[in-house]
Amino acid sequence: MKGIQLDLISEDKLDGMTSMEKVRLILDEVRNGKILVLEKGLTPSEQNKLIELTMTEIAPDDFSGIEIESYPVKHNDNFLNKLFGKNTLKTRLTVIGPAAQLKTIKKDRDLISALVSTP
Amino acid sequence: MGIIKRLGLNFTWLKRIFKKKRARIGIYGPPNAGKTTLANRILRDWTGDAMGSVSNVPHETRRARRREGVTINYNGSAVTLDIIDTPGLATKIDFHDFMAFGMNEEESKRRAKEATEGVIEAVKWLDELDGVILVMDATEDPYTQVNVTVIGNMEARKLPLLIAANKIDLPNSSPARIHSAFPQHPLVPISALEGQNIDLLYREIAEHFG
Repeated sequence: MKGIQLDLISEDKLDGMTSMEKVRLILDEVRNGKILVLEKGLTPSEQNKLIELTMTEIAPDDFSGIEIESYPVKHNDNFLNKLFGKNTLKTRLTVIGPAAQLKTIKKDRDLISALVSTP
Repeated sequence: MGIIKRLGLNFTWLKRIFKKKRARIGIYGPPNAGKTTLANRILRDWTGDAMGSVSNVPHETRRARRREGVTINYNGSAVTLDIIDTPGLATKIDFHDFMAFGMNEEESKRRAKEATEGVIEAVKWLDELDGVILVMDATEDPYTQVNVTVIGNMEARKLPLLIAANKIDLPNSSPARIHSAFPQHPLVPISALEGQNIDLLYREIAEHFG
């Protein structure tokens, strides 16, 4: 059967990886034509790293970049987090794929609608 | 004072320690949101100068430009800022998109290459800032990854962010849609091109970055 591979990566797996490992995994898989769904999204600094590395890999007629969509981060405003100055941002589900194959149709606070095409 | 002078004491070092650092404010947003148009408007209003050229071709700004010591006055109070106009942030750059604007292949590929470098520069500047003016095109869907990323960065660092909902001179603009997407941040609906509400923006800049 021909088709596009969709990998859904769990929060547990992502939690066991360093930022650079996550970014490298995403770019390698996306460059192989896969669509990734991350149960827990990337932190803002990981998003920065992903954008930077993506830009270095863009090449004419080979790779034009990534399409990435995630819901806006949530604030985990519980008292203990505030008291101990812990990071209160909670990243959310994220979809990433090759820009040439994944196109976002519509996105709002609670819905990401995308079109996936074959290469 | 006389004694201090006589003793030859110099408090320059003390002044330097306690002197308030001038805030560095980055103008961010996706390509063609009107960042350089806004930077030009601010500079023309307060320095009589301009930041850079504008165009309807995406990624016209491919190098960050910095202007130091721009003083903005509002209601008798003044705030002096360093303003950085950044290249448009993006996660994809396809040289074919530039060819649609009449550029030849070689020119388009060169622009695409420069645009990728510009995006990296814009991302790196995020670490150096004290606040951001995020320019959004009010005629477009506000939930873009660029907007989510910039807002996430500022929230994670607990730095001030002001949203400029630009292009309100266009009939299909909807600043309300942006406000409902990111209600936690102050928003000013503006037309950087025509100067609509620009005084309101200066008031917010003075309030949030002063």
